[in-house]
Amino acid sequence: MKKDKKILAKGVEAIVFGALEAECKCYFGYPITPQNDIPELMSRELPKRGGVFLQAESELAAINMVLGACATGARAMTSSSSPGISLMCESFSYLAALELPAVVVNVMRGGPGLGGIETSQGDYFQATKGSGHGDFRFLVLAPSNAQEAYELTAKAFELAEKYRNPVMILSDAILGQMKEPLVLKKLKIKKYPPETWALTGAKGRNSRFFRSLFLDAEELRQHNLKLMKKYQTMQKEIRYEAKVEEDTEVLVVAFGSMARLANEAIEDLRNKGYQVGYFRPITLYPFPYKTLKEIVTKAKKPLKILVPEQNCGQMFEDVKLAVEGKAEVISLPYPPSVVPFPEDLKKEIKKCLNPSKSRKV
Amino acid sequence: MRLELIIAGFGGQGVLFTGNLIAQASMLADYHVTYLPVYGPEMRGGTCNCTVIISDNPIASPLVLNPSFLIILNLPSFLKFIPRLKNKGRAIINSDLVKPEEIDNIEALQKKYKLYFVPVNSLAESLGKQMLANICALGAFYKVSKIFSRQNFEEALKYMLGESKAHLIEPNLKAFELGSKYIEEHYQVR
Amino acid sequence: MSKPFQVPKSLKKTPFHYCPGCQHGVAHRLVCEVIDELGIQDKSLAISSIGCSVFLYFYIDVDMTEAPHGRACAAATGAKRARPDLVVFTYQGDGDFAAIGFNESFQAAARGEKITSIMINNTIYGMTGGQASPTTLPGQKTTTTPAGRDPETFGYPPKIAEILATLEGVAYSARVALNSPKRIVEAKRAIKNAFLAQINNLGFGFVEILSTCPINWKMDPVSAVKAVDKVIEYFPLGIFKDKVTPFLKNQK
Repeated sequence: MKKDKKILAKGVEAIVFGALEAECKCYFGYPITPQNDIPELMSRELPKRGGVFLQAESELAAINMVLGACATGARAMTSSSSPGISLMCESFSYLAALELPAVVVNVMRGGPGLGGIETSQGDYFQATKGSGHGDFRFLVLAPSNAQEAYELTAKAFELAEKYRNPVMILSDAILGQMKEPLVLKKLKIKKYPPETWALTGAKGRNSRFFRSLFLDAEELRQHNLKLMKKYQTMQKEIRYEAKVEEDTEVLVVAFGSMARLANEAIEDLRNKGYQVGYFRPITLYPFPYKTLKEIVTKAKKPLKILVPEQNCGQMFEDVKLAVEGKAEVISLPYPPSVVPFPEDLKKEIKKCLNPSKSRKV
Repeated sequence: MRLELIIAGFGGQGVLFTGNLIAQASMLADYHVTYLPVYGPEMRGGTCNCTVIISDNPIASPLVLNPSFLIILNLPSFLKFIPRLKNKGRAIINSDLVKPEEIDNIEALQKKYKLYFVPVNSLAESLGKQMLANICALGAFYKVSKIFSRQNFEEALKYMLGESKAHLIEPNLKAFELGSKYIEEHYQVR
Repeated sequence: MSKPFQVPKSLKKTPFHYCPGCQHGVAHRLVCEVIDELGIQDKSLAISSIGCSVFLYFYIDVDMTEAPHGRACAAATGAKRARPDLVVFTYQGDGDFAAIGFNESFQAAARGEKITSIMINNTIYGMTGGQASPTTLPGQKTTTTPAGRDPETFGYPPKIAEILATLEGVAYSARVALNSPKRIVEAKRAIKNAFLAQINNLGFGFVEILSTCPINWKMDPVSAVKAVDKVIEYFPLGIFKDKVTPFLKNQK
């Protein structure tokens, strides 16, 4: 058997290769730091494969080009970074309302406003709860290494089609710009044929239309209920990574690049005999509320949960919701451009440990 | 084996390229690696550094507070990163821009760390290619760290330069050899 | 026996929701007649916009999607790039095309996207209740220019068909009106050419249709139809760019 190719790749390159592995056909985007490797690489790779690359005049145009392409059933995506994503938010609402399987990548940078080009996780709220008007959800996947970025991006196209719902890859500047080995594995990405719904010219069938305007109150209610039901079925896509035992005393919950720093700190402390654990949500929506609650319920000792984030405490709120007051949840905010070292996290974790009892002998 | 390397210098000294090459060569030697660039908004002339971690085991954090190895290409980087070097850490230092005789506490530092002063600018100049100072430093790193083979390096270099810059392979290899030889001739490497 | 006049095949039988004297209905019909004549009903993809014509999908019997306000040309670009074999057109008002969406419209035209855009210019925001639009005439009263549009504060209306005609990517650009039988015949010819620009891969096809809005103009339908002549004084009718006619001549 032929060995899969291994390359040293940036996270953003891994995202491109993942999209290409899923046979993404169209890319539309507008330049913004720190994700420009995505359009640049796409502009070389897509035309070679018979795909479409187009640099749009703005993020507004880019996301609506995606809308048009998705409406024809083509696999289409865009990518941007925080301020650019904000510009797309109105159209996110339309994409969800029209049930179009778009894939959107956000390589987060500092905000608010123009912020900075340093890494950040400041768009957690936006991605999981508030990326546009009305009741709708994106399925949000948060990779924490290049291999996962590759595989989740490819999977994003499958999930988008499965649910006919937009999927967001939420990355950040660290993940985007760091390089690590990436195995370009052949992936099995299921296709959901768009023939049953896409706009392809009404040949041999009645014409179809997509709309989000329902002036009839009952129609609008039904449309919302239908979407709500879909979001409920999306719950089965929950993914996470956990290292936790029943006698864990301190649990660190983190996502994306912050999870890597946390993992390093936790591994070191565990090797030294501390009863500490690690939990990383991979799907930020749907969020693994139930699993977190179970961890808290099963804990033999009162559990303290630390939530380090490269923002001022956003996922922290979901963790609090999950544990329903049954554990102390502490936010560790690291606003953009200050990235903690694992040593800093270790200090914070140790503060939460019972000094006399928490070390296994 | 685990080595945490920070390479630092001026923008334009090839800091990021060096980091990339080391990461690429170490990957070819079958190690886990991460490479993380940190740089200012300036495209040229600003300060610049990157972190490369090379390990037998999967690497969680791509960031390190206290590296075990430094490649220092200018004085500001020396002043910034030497205090962060782990006890008994090693450093390759561009002695054309950081002169040992001008460092106040050099004896104390040499007790704590293993410092390799290599005049990489002069070495590169002897080839008539000042821009290859970084590769001279890389040659020195190769000799001191013994992470990857010369063949790994050559393969990484060819991959990084690609066909359009294939003519640069020979001079790069020469610079690499010079750096490596300098270590051999001036230091005892275990 | 041939029927000299009948409902176009691609026009759905749904009664229009438009106000009495509104010319959207006429414009819809013309688009449908062109679709029928060109035989493209089963390979068309329309982008409806935001404004009175948002319900286009209830009337024109082709595959269709809505786009956010102003973004029809961007959505059309995406659709056409993904499926170059489809005939993709947008149907927008002056607010959608020339105010909130001008950049998308202009850039798509500049790129020479092989799409067709129909812009209904009734000099007013009809759906939201008669506010000023970019094409509101100097002196024209609207709910947001109660004293009449004063160019000193509101500037002048842009002549979109002429502006687009200056772009290399545009293969056809014309302004037509619907306030006389002759003009309706000319309008249909223009719409057809704007589609032929796309079908023959020549570039962006554009028609600006001057239309009435009796309710918001506060007129009866007949006066509104007559008032279009005043609009024509500012917005002259004409074909400002035509790569289609010479192309078709050469084909013969």
